[in-house]
Amino acid sequence: MVEAHAIVKRYGPRTVLNQVSVTVEPGQLTSFIGPNGAGKSTLLSIMTRLVPADAGEVRLDGRPLARYDSRELARRISVLRQFNHVPLRLTVRELVSFGRFPYSHGRLTKADEEAVDRALAAMELGDIQHKLLDQLSGGQRQRAFIAMVVAQETDYVFLDEPLNNVDMKHAVQVMKLLRRLVEEEGRSVVVVMHDVNLAAYYSDRVVALKEGCVAFDGPAQDMMEPAILKNVFGIDVAVGEIHSCRVCVYFAEAEQLAANGHVAQGAIAPRLK
Amino acid sequence: MQAEAAVSPSVRRSVSRPIAGLAVAAVVLIGLFMVINAAGLWGYVLPRRAVRAGAMALSGIVIGISTVIFQSITANRILTPGIMGLDRLYVLIQSALIYTLGSSHPWVSNLRTNFLLCTGAMAVFAVALHRLFFDGKRANIYVMLLIGVVAGTLFDSLASFLVVLIDPNEFLIIQSRMFASFNRITVGLLWPAALMTIAVLAWAAPTLRYLDVLALGRDHAVSLGVDYQGAVRRLLIAVFLLIAVSTALVGPITFLGLIVANLAYELLDTYRRGPLMVGAGLGGIIALVGGQLLLEHVFVFSVPLPVLINFAGGALFMYLLLKERAAW
Repeated sequence: MVEAHAIVKRYGPRTVLNQVSVTVEPGQLTSFIGPNGAGKSTLLSIMTRLVPADAGEVRLDGRPLARYDSRELARRISVLRQFNHVPLRLTVRELVSFGRFPYSHGRLTKADEEAVDRALAAMELGDIQHKLLDQLSGGQRQRAFIAMVVAQETDYVFLDEPLNNVDMKHAVQVMKLLRRLVEEEGRSVVVVMHDVNLAAYYSDRVVALKEGCVAFDGPAQDMMEPAILKNVFGIDVAVGEIHSCRVCVYFAEAEQLAANGHVAQGAIAPRLK
Repeated sequence: MQAEAAVSPSVRRSVSRPIAGLAVAAVVLIGLFMVINAAGLWGYVLPRRAVRAGAMALSGIVIGISTVIFQSITANRILTPGIMGLDRLYVLIQSALIYTLGSSHPWVSNLRTNFLLCTGAMAVFAVALHRLFFDGKRANIYVMLLIGVVAGTLFDSLASFLVVLIDPNEFLIIQSRMFASFNRITVGLLWPAALMTIAVLAWAAPTLRYLDVLALGRDHAVSLGVDYQGAVRRLLIAVFLLIAVSTALVGPITFLGLIVANLAYELLDTYRRGPLMVGAGLGGIIALVGGQLLLEHVFVFSVPLPVLINFAGGALFMYLLLKERAAW
């Protein structure tokens, strides 16, 4: 269990996180959603020791992160931030092999090579594993970075917008892989994402942040209510159901949504479940 | 996975062959330097040339290795540790000593005392700069580099000022020390320099294995369990001390690092910092010994060695800038 307790973070006069407490349960896929600047990425960075908090504490299994040895922590928590640019000429396999550093310190054992193979296979990168990163498309590169974190084989995997630059097909592939990590390997995954529909469908739990505070924290399906989404994102949203998936439409004008008989503005669609 | 069959072959070329080639070239050049035009006076020529060859090998290795470390930490392949202004500080120290004490004072005329004095002053400056601008909560390597550049310019101006005031005869002594040269090295200088270099490398060695991960950038390094702050601190101090020793030994020549580090990146098809450091170190030996041979037998000492090296380095620097630009 990773707990963020009363986290405060300020950048100059701006308070980015104001007394935020979030608990990440083991064996779940948790999504952080919210508008730009709500503090999602900052919270993720603080929970993974990349950024120090001004106040508050992050604990892993009840023990503060600061009291862990950094190498030990690297086998429990892995993190991938957005905007990954590596100034080295690396092949996909070499990048993914870095994920084994906490175990092998650069000299890969057979077990490490197998872990790399598994991660490459899981992200369907096997046939391009010897290509250089700068020869890949944005989506392939993103998957290569995710594979590196997967190869690290930690209990907790934190990903900051892993669906950036990834097309529909590969976004679904990434989300399915993350689900598999949770269901088959019992890992816990925390994802910052913007696509509310994907978040609702694939997550167990959603934490919505707004202006540095938690605006919603609960089961993913419970988030899909027009009132809640309007509160978080500040726009009118219609929620409907297609093939028993709750999906929201947020990109049409409110009048249009109403005129077409869709429900908008705080009304709640009947749930078929 | 069955995908193995469709796997494209590894794009990497072997690194051992180019490294062997560089090693052979370095050995041949040193051999040539030792025996060329000896005119049978072996007992006189060999020991003297061995000291100079040793100094060239030492500073070539130091400059190659420290540049690769520095470029890995700063994630930038067109920086050299020279940006921190250590070589300008060296010129300032020499000018200040000669201006205040005169060139016959033992601190100036005794090369060994002078060497130890310069090394000490540069080490103090480097560690102080590091303490002031890199330690603490908001550690930012670029702020420290910027302060280094500004300090270097200040040292440069102060040295020019002293040079204007100084007696013209004394100025000749300063001028001879403003350019790197292997012609005044003695055994008495080489030993302490070699011992200090080995001590610093031994101190930094355990951290060097983190270099590949550090080169990925801070976030990845932290996620992979490296104490980023501690590792970068130790490696930076090591780089500064190495450069201080090398500059005090032969004079300002850190621009060479740019050439040999980039030569290693081009020749060796790897991201691994171990082979790259070896390649850059060998490249440093080749550049210095080759440059010295050209200097002695082609140019017959009509230009100082750094002029040759800076000319080649400057051309390479322009090429890199234009190439990077084309890649955008």
